[in-house]
Amino acid sequence: MAVCLDTLITTACQRVDHDPGRLLDVLHVVQSQAYCISDEAIDIIAEELGIPRVRVEGAVTFYAFFSKTPKGQIAIRLSSDIIDKLHGADEVAEALESKLGIRFGETTDDGKFSLDWTSCIGMCDQAPAALVNDVVITRLTPESAREVIDTLRKDADPAKLVVKPGEGNNAHPLVRAMVNNNIYLEESKSVVLGPVNRGEAIHKSLGMTPTEVIRALKTSRLRGRGGAGFPCGMKWEFARAAEGARKFIICNADEGEPGTFKDRILLTEMADRIFAGMTIAGYAIGAEEGIVYLRAEYAYLQRLLEENVSQHRADGWLGKNIAGKKGYHFDIRIQLGAGAYICGEETALISSAEGTRGDPKNRPPFPAQQGYLGCPTIINNCETLCCVTKILEQGAGTFSELGTEQSSGTKVLSISGDCARPGVYEVEFGTSLRKVLQMAGAKQTQAVQVSGPSGQMIGPEGFDRLICFDDLATGGSMMVFDESRNLLEIVHAFMGFFVEESCGYCTPCRVGNVLLADGIQRVLEGRGEPADLDQFQQIGQMMKACSRCGLGQTSWQPVATSLENFPHLYEALVKEESNGFQRSFDLLQEITDAQQITGRKSSLA
Amino acid sequence: MPKTVTLTIDGTRVEAQPGEKIIEAADVAGIYIPRLCHKPGLEPSGSCRLCTVMVNGRSCSACTTPVADGMVVENDVESIRQFRKMIVEMLFVEGNHFCMFCEKSGNCELQAVAYRFGIMAPRYPYLWPKREVDASHPDILIDHNRCILCGRCVRTSRDIDGKHLFDFIERGGKKRLGVNAQGGLAHTNADVSDQALDACPVGALLRKRVGYQEPIGQRLYDIQPIGSEIEGKGRKNHV
Repeated sequence: MAVCLDTLITTACQRVDHDPGRLLDVLHVVQSQAYCISDEAIDIIAEELGIPRVRVEGAVTFYAFFSKTPKGQIAIRLSSDIIDKLHGADEVAEALESKLGIRFGETTDDGKFSLDWTSCIGMCDQAPAALVNDVVITRLTPESAREVIDTLRKDADPAKLVVKPGEGNNAHPLVRAMVNNNIYLEESKSVVLGPVNRGEAIHKSLGMTPTEVIRALKTSRLRGRGGAGFPCGMKWEFARAAEGARKFIICNADEGEPGTFKDRILLTEMADRIFAGMTIAGYAIGAEEGIVYLRAEYAYLQRLLEENVSQHRADGWLGKNIAGKKGYHFDIRIQLGAGAYICGEETALISSAEGTRGDPKNRPPFPAQQGYLGCPTIINNCETLCCVTKILEQGAGTFSELGTEQSSGTKVLSISGDCARPGVYEVEFGTSLRKVLQMAGAKQTQAVQVSGPSGQMIGPEGFDRLICFDDLATGGSMMVFDESRNLLEIVHAFMGFFVEESCGYCTPCRVGNVLLADGIQRVLEGRGEPADLDQFQQIGQMMKACSRCGLGQTSWQPVATSLENFPHLYEALVKEESNGFQRSFDLLQEITDAQQITGRKSSLA
Repeated sequence: MPKTVTLTIDGTRVEAQPGEKIIEAADVAGIYIPRLCHKPGLEPSGSCRLCTVMVNGRSCSACTTPVADGMVVENDVESIRQFRKMIVEMLFVEGNHFCMFCEKSGNCELQAVAYRFGIMAPRYPYLWPKREVDASHPDILIDHNRCILCGRCVRTSRDIDGKHLFDFIERGGKKRLGVNAQGGLAHTNADVSDQALDACPVGALLRKRVGYQEPIGQRLYDIQPIGSEIEGKGRKNHV
């Protein structure tokens, strides 16, 4: 082996002071240097960090970006979401397989390449896309995919794949990604994406009392942009009131909902306002430590973000006595995730940031009372924190003038799929879906998946509905499907995503998603019965009521909303069997194994 | 004198200590809330979801939710009964459970709740997963086919035996019980006297060579339905 595991792991553990809470950082080092985290490595890590090996193994096997079996020195991960698939990801996959002579899930014999599917990498506006180690490659075709392999065979450095970097900070020397921002601005409505005066919000906030800062947020009526829409000021107030010597501010930079990519733009171009929002939050609740939990898919932005943090320190906006304010200290570290959609759920994110499996936690207690390491913790996503910075810079009134009664301000949307201009848009809350579709140049639209798979599938009769918390709430993902698409196949893909991404902690989500995905498959194959549709509803209702976290509570939504808005699609495929048998029952299929074992053929066959 | 709280469970007013979980207050009151992953003395897990109840119109797990004054808990109502049946059926189709030749039959909590709920057969297609048996240890057997991932052995070994023999590995439908060694349970310091073995509600963790010492037909749930032990002893905290 090229690397000495002992040295590698000892050094990695030293770098995190042998803190088991930083297990993910250690695992990243081992995975990227040794291309796997073997049983031997697990033993050494457990020994070094002083934790049971099964706990290490539990974490290694939880995250998609870690593997016990060797991956390639160049690990290629193709984005498997429906938008990438509809843009030809399967053909790209075929080209990669034939070029490398391996199947997806395999590694070449020489250990140079491995191929894997991975859940949405946040590039649906330039699909199909893949990660080559940390390097993003976009707009793939079978031909360009073959060229990628040729290039890598000549020079094993994936950075060489980037010939022409994208605009803005994508061309920054610390990034150099071929990613495009694809921002479409309606100038008058730009709040989050509009200009800010760097640092002004921090100075203004520190000139106020913490209570005044929280009051400003409450006046702005800002609600969390992650989807649940919890009032931001109230959350901060809880955390301020909670007792704790240490408190934390966490930025959720783990947007994983398929079809969302707007946080990618915020992280690329507007990280300073995210960090400013965190600093303000720290001041408001009395926290001195901040963590940005960055999804592993966006690892290519990590160095830029670290540079940005350093710049904030140099400007006196992070560190000791911030902006000259005696006694207020605050600093930020970046925690890289490792490929798990569930970690976008705030308590799962905390578990992951603590170096364990990304299982959600029981609530109560809520994070504002007991979050990261049991300390009062605020978790806001990138967009919410950008709003905070704007509100403190421009005043709550300017912000709350926009939007509706229940939903003040604007929403940043990621629009992808069948439209002329996929990209990032900022609209005022209360904008109709129809207007959004026009902006993006969508034609002959059959359906829009609003807020990703866990959101709603809306047909044309719903296009006059408004984007806001009291009507069409959305975390920002908007996937457009035109009339040429088979919506049930899309529903099936969404359920497959939840099967893949369920953490498996609770029964309803672990099993329910599998049963729904299999059920939709049966319907698609023409083996479904009307009674199946009732059963989908029952399973879904149970998952909604009994699942432990938001993933399982909402994951039947693709089935629920497609049944509601497109019932004819199901009705056309299901029917009663005239012979009284279940349609899903195939006698010959059932006796295949028995025939093989006995070596006899049934007279039916 | 500590201040107590009063809540209502299925119409019965019950007194409880602040900080207690709903399921604990119900136990004392002699009201059975079905459960599999909960075991008194262990940190609550909230994973099986069988103890789902409605509190003030919202669903939550009774094993993790603390009592509060004036709380109205609905437990034995039709919608919840249906949800619980579905969860039990899901646990049956998810694993490979063959009660007729399982040595835990009659002492198995999964089987017992199924009988109590009147489940004859699951309505869902069996998933027939391929799962392993770890018979490496001389005195202990792990049959993953029967594991329902309740985590009771994990918590018992970690918090009571002080060994951390087990934890979960993989995720989603592939999630399974892992042991704290390469090469199976034989390579851990598991011992036949570990309390973790008694924590298993099903036939996944078994002591070898004692499976039929107690004849079938004379076992705990052969004699009385699961939950009777709670329903029989209660009524201490009715208001």
